[in-house]
Amino acid sequence: MVNKYMIDAEHVVAQLNQGRLFDFSGGVHPPQQKSLSNTTPINTIQEPPVLYIPIKQHIGTQGNICVVVGQHVAKGEALTQSSNPFSVPVHASTSGIIKAITQHPSAHPSGIPEMTITLEPDGQTQWQLMPLLTDYTKVEQVVLLERICQAGITGLGGAGFPTHLKSNPQKPVECLIINGVECEPYISSDDRIMREHAWQIKQGIDILRHIVKPKQIIIAVEDNKPQALNALKTACLQDNGITITSVPTKYPSGGEKQLIQILTGEEVPHDGLPIDIGCLMYNVGTCFAIADAVLHGKALVQRVVTLTGQALAQPQNVWALLGTPISHLLDIAHYDPSKQLVKKVIMGGPMMGFTAVNDTVPVVKITNCLLVPDKQELPDIEDERACIRCGLCAEACPAGLLPQQLFWHSKAKEYDKAQAYNLDACIECGACAYVCPSEIPLVHYYRKAKTDIKHIALEKEKSEKARERFETRQARLLADKQAREEKHRLAAEARKKTMDNKGNDAKDKIAAALARAKAKRAAAQNNPPTDSDK
Amino acid sequence: MTLLTALLIIGTLALIFGAILGYSAIKFKVEADPLVEQIDALLPQTQCGQCGYPGCKPYAQAIANGDEINKCPPGGDATIKKLADLMGVEPKPLDGDHGVEDVKKVAYIREAECIGCTKCIQACPVDAIIGASKQMHTVIIDECTGCDLCVAPCPVDCIDMVPVKPTPQTWQWELGKGVGDIPIKQVL
Repeated sequence: MVNKYMIDAEHVVAQLNQGRLFDFSGGVHPPQQKSLSNTTPINTIQEPPVLYIPIKQHIGTQGNICVVVGQHVAKGEALTQSSNPFSVPVHASTSGIIKAITQHPSAHPSGIPEMTITLEPDGQTQWQLMPLLTDYTKVEQVVLLERICQAGITGLGGAGFPTHLKSNPQKPVECLIINGVECEPYISSDDRIMREHAWQIKQGIDILRHIVKPKQIIIAVEDNKPQALNALKTACLQDNGITITSVPTKYPSGGEKQLIQILTGEEVPHDGLPIDIGCLMYNVGTCFAIADAVLHGKALVQRVVTLTGQALAQPQNVWALLGTPISHLLDIAHYDPSKQLVKKVIMGGPMMGFTAVNDTVPVVKITNCLLVPDKQELPDIEDERACIRCGLCAEACPAGLLPQQLFWHSKAKEYDKAQAYNLDACIECGACAYVCPSEIPLVHYYRKAKTDIKHIALEKEKSEKARERFETRQARLLADKQAREEKHRLAAEARKKTMDNKGNDAKDKIAAALARAKAKRAAAQNNPPTDSDK
Repeated sequence: MTLLTALLIIGTLALIFGAILGYSAIKFKVEADPLVEQIDALLPQTQCGQCGYPGCKPYAQAIANGDEINKCPPGGDATIKKLADLMGVEPKPLDGDHGVEDVKKVAYIREAECIGCTKCIQACPVDAIIGASKQMHTVIIDECTGCDLCVAPCPVDCIDMVPVKPTPQTWQWELGKGVGDIPIKQVL
């Protein structure tokens, strides 16, 4: 059955060629700060003295650690393995010795320690490459998917969903969309990778084309990145199957659902996935990593990270090894502590990022930016004031939600009502909080409500399981008791029976004895004793 | 005659309607969710017995029969509020006689000290302890409800109740503590 919302790739491309784009409701225009970091090439930096590699850097389950402390590992060697399809391995970001396998502060808003492998680089940078699949068009899709999984590739745009799962759609793919929008202010990592490595991105797109067989391919780049757009156009000059389009600068047009709406005019259902309407979206950095894995046999061990903010003397983009502590990157960019009252590093952009708990937190697969603002740049959140019901948040919401209602209900912990207003459709872009004149950290409330709802569901599931186990146990105890009673009853009956039997025996014996005695007496009377007997 | 006709008509109508009503009472019988099941679904299923009943289901039964709703410390105020909503009564603070609301804990057996007496296994209401006579016992953490019932029977006191540590997956966002703040505001 064909979904009625399924897009028609030919129609979409024809519209794009006529220069027709759609728009999503809401969105904001924060001041652009990309020029801080996007003017210099991506810097290849010195290896840090130590790497902290968390064993789980994606959405899904973690693998099992397959190295031991003291072991020497080569660059690109897998540190974890698993046969679980929701698991992708992590790799040694460079060659060196495993120093420890311990808990280490995580690149997560909570900073709660996570299992992390500490690696001390030996300075040799010896690669352990996987066999090259240069002639990938002659290789089966499943082999390529396996390679993408083994290379540890997850979506590098932000969510960290395993790429091999996404690349195995069960529905026909109309449009393969390559996302080069990068709408967060400040961040320029995708911008630089598009400018400098457009060819390799093109190679990655070709591999994806072979795997998912889309009808059309669209590359979208925001119009504040003309050089990146030109570089991709040059790389795709010979290829008629790829449409490169420039979309107007607006936050958050890089959001998956928002970009699909801009390009196709169709909305992804709030409880659905882009594939439900025939779209599949990849970040440009993911395409680069796929080409690296398939054509060069390299696992995902590094990514482009934007180091930016007024407290850095040399903002730039760098190739950071996964696991590099952020303190090392701050040194590279010449962090000036005098520009900040307290050391504060934001992982991710100003709209969706979070404050890192300390500077030993490592760069992980989804870390696209470290923002180190000075005192005036990003002032601390002031005390929130009462909501004045101005409605600006509803105008700014790109998902068409009612942020005020969500706020009331989230704050009052009326989660069922918040869910009735589609809290789970919130993409946490921060547009509502950005426009709020009362400085209410709206997204905070939503994130708290979301984690609470998840927690309640988890507890519910657990208590359901406990109830089941309790009842099973009760039933078992009851059955045991009944079995025991039954056994006792049977034993008692048997005993009684034997007693009865024994009783009969005794009677018989007595009767027999009496009979014998009687017979004897009778015999004595019949044959009186003779003298000869005397 | 008129009287007789009227009586007959009314009587026939009464019979017909009675038959229809009787039939629909059987045919369209509404299976109401029994109250005990509904109450049981709200209770935390810790099976700890702190309420004075041997498990959550018996307490649910007692509430349905009119017992107080504030005797469940593991459920705490949240559960009391839900029970109050369901029963249509005013929520009350937790009854201190039955214990206080605590952080979630699980049992942990110091295995080196375990003598293998199986007493804790018999006490566990959800079969979350594995082991055999004269063999070391251990707790299946994922199944443990933290009910505390295994601690008292242990003759060598080798069972600890350990608070569950949050992981990034189970962590609950605190507001206004400065942890994980989202920056958002820009003045430049």
